[in-house]
Amino acid sequence: MARYILRRLLISMPVLLAITVITFFLLRASGDPMAVYASNPSVTAEDLLRLEKTYGFDRPLYVQYLYWLRNIVTGDWGQSFLTHQDVFDMILERLPNTLILMGTAFILTLIISISLGLYTATHQYSIGDYLVTAFSFFGYSMPAFWFGLMLIIIFAVKFKEFGLPALPAAGMFPIRGEPSFIELIRHLILPVTVLSLASIARYSRYLRSSLLEVLNQDYIRTAKAKGLATRIVVWKHAFKNAIIPLITLVMLDIPFLFSGALITEQVFAWPGMGRMYWEHAVWIDYPVLMGILVLISIMVVACNLIADISYAFVDPRIRLDS
Amino acid sequence: MPLLTRESGWTVEAMAMKQVSASDRAQPLVVERNPPGLWRLAGQRFLRHRAGVIAAISLLFVIGLVVLGPVFLVTRDAAFRPDPLIINEPPTWEHWFGTDQVGRDIFARIIYGGQISLAIGLLSMIVSTAVGTVLGSVSGYFGGITDTIIMRLTDAMLSIPGVFLIIALAVFLGSTIQTIILAIGLLNWMGITRIIRALFLSLKEREFVLAARCLGVQNVRIMWGHILPNAIAPVVVAATLIVGEAILIETAISYLGLGIQPPTPSWGNMLRNAQDLIWSAPWLAIFPGTMIFITILCINFMGDALRDALDPHMRL
Repeated sequence: MARYILRRLLISMPVLLAITVITFFLLRASGDPMAVYASNPSVTAEDLLRLEKTYGFDRPLYVQYLYWLRNIVTGDWGQSFLTHQDVFDMILERLPNTLILMGTAFILTLIISISLGLYTATHQYSIGDYLVTAFSFFGYSMPAFWFGLMLIIIFAVKFKEFGLPALPAAGMFPIRGEPSFIELIRHLILPVTVLSLASIARYSRYLRSSLLEVLNQDYIRTAKAKGLATRIVVWKHAFKNAIIPLITLVMLDIPFLFSGALITEQVFAWPGMGRMYWEHAVWIDYPVLMGILVLISIMVVACNLIADISYAFVDPRIRLDS
Repeated sequence: MPLLTRESGWTVEAMAMKQVSASDRAQPLVVERNPPGLWRLAGQRFLRHRAGVIAAISLLFVIGLVVLGPVFLVTRDAAFRPDPLIINEPPTWEHWFGTDQVGRDIFARIIYGGQISLAIGLLSMIVSTAVGTVLGSVSGYFGGITDTIIMRLTDAMLSIPGVFLIIALAVFLGSTIQTIILAIGLLNWMGITRIIRALFLSLKEREFVLAARCLGVQNVRIMWGHILPNAIAPVVVAATLIVGEAILIETAISYLGLGIQPPTPSWGNMLRNAQDLIWSAPWLAIFPGTMIFITILCINFMGDALRDALDPHMRL
C-alpha cells in the first residue's frame, strides 16, 4: 500500500509541474505584469524600468519561471502589487471561508445525490424517478449565478415583503451584531443551494445509471435468488460497485467546484478566495492571481491523489503493484 | 418510449462506459436487407425522442427570434439608445420585458444580446472541437511519447479551474468578443480530445486501417479520411453539449463584469446591473436569465437525444 501511494504521489508531480508551467506562461504571455504600475501617471518610464529590474521581469521567461517556482516551493509567494501584503497570508486569510462554503456544499451534494441515485435506481420509471429526472435536467441547465439571483428575489426580497422570515442575501455574518454559528448557517443556506444544485443533478443521474447497470448483473440475481433482502443486495452488492465510477466523476469535478465557488461567492458577496481572485484580477495583481491558481492546483492534485488511494480501498480489484 | 427516460448518464465518460458494456451483452442478430445508413437511422431515432424534438424546435425558435428579431420586432434604437423618460419600467404592452436603468427596452437587448451569446457559444465550440480533434487524433493514432505528452497536458488542463483562467485572460488581453471566444474555446477542448483519442486507439487496429496502410496511404490521410469519419458521432454529441457549456461560461464571466463589455449587450452582462436593482426592478434579472436557462435546457435535451440517436448500440 505504501508503495502504491508513493507511486501515485510520483505520478502526480509531473501533472502539478505541468499546471504551473501552463498557468505561468499563459498568464505571462497574455498580460503585462507591470500594467498596474504603468497605469499610474506618477510612475515615470525610468521607474518602470527600475521596477522591472527589481521584480526580474526583464529576464528571459524561462528564467523567471524557474525563479518563481523556487520561490513558490520555498514558501515565498511574493507580495500583492495592490496592498503590499504577503500573498500567502492573504490567501490563508480567505481560504477557510471558501472551504466552509465548498465543504458544506460538497457534503450536502454527496448525501443528497447518493440518496436520490439510490431511490431512482430502485424505483425505476416511478413518478419519483421522473420527477428526479426532470429536476436533474433543470438543475444541470440552470446558470448558477442566475439561480442565485432568483433565490435572492424569492427568499430575501419577497419573503421580507410578505413578512416571512427572510434569508440574508450577502456576506458571512450580519454587518451589525455578533458573528454566531446560527448566523453562519443562515448565511450559508442560499449560496450552498446554488453551489450544490448542478452537482446534485449530475451525480444523482450518474449514480442512477451506474446502479441500474450493476443491478442487471448476474451476481445480483444470484444474491436475490439466495433470498437476501433487497436492501442488503442494493447496499452490500450493488452500491459498492456502482460508487466507483462516481468517485472518478467527483474527483474530476473538483476544479469545476472551485469555478462554481468563485461565481457563487460573487453573487452572495461571500468573502472567500474566489472573490479575492476576482477583485485582484480587475487590477491585474499578478502575484495574488498566480498564488491562488497555484494553491488551487495543489489542492486539486491532492484531491485526485486522495481519490486514487480511496479507490484502492473501495475496490480490491485494483492491483496495487502494476 | 416514455418522455425523459433513458438509462444513459450525463457525461461522455458515461457514454463510453455504456458502449462497452452494451457491446458486451449478447444482442439478437437481426439481418436486414438494404439497412438504412447511420445518419438516416439516427434521424429516425432522434424524431422518436419527443423531448429532443421539442427542444430542437424551441431552440430553432430562439435562434429565429435572435436572428430575425431586429428585422421584424425591435429597433436598434430601442436596444441601445437610453431614454430617461422610461427608466426601470415594469413590463407593459409597449415594453414586453420592461426597461432597464437607463431606459432601454429589455426585450430588444435580449435579442441583440442573444446574437452575441449564441455566437460566442457556437464559435468557441468550433475552436474547442478543432483543437480537441487534432490533439486527440494525433495522440490516439501515433501513441508513444506524443500520446503521453498530450495526455499529461490534458490532465493538467482538466485540473485548472477554467473560470479562473478565463478571467485572467479576459483581463489581460482585453474583453473583446474575439478574446472571449478564444479563451473559452482554448480552455474547453479536453473532453473532445479524450473521446477522439479513445476512438482512434480502437479504430486504428481495425482491418480497414490496415488495408489503407497496405495500399500506402499517408498517415494524415488515414487519420482524416479513414478513421475520423467513423469517430464523428460521439463528437457531434459532445460538441452540442459544449455549446451549452460555452454559453454558460460566457454569461457567467460577463455577469462578473469581465466578459462582453456594455453597451454591447450579452445575456450575461444584462444581469450584472440587475443585482443592484433586485429590490426595485426584479424583471431586469428575470428575463435575460430565463433566456439563458431555456437555451441551455434545449441544448442539453438535444444533446441527450442526439446521444441516444447516434449510439448504435442502443435499440429502441
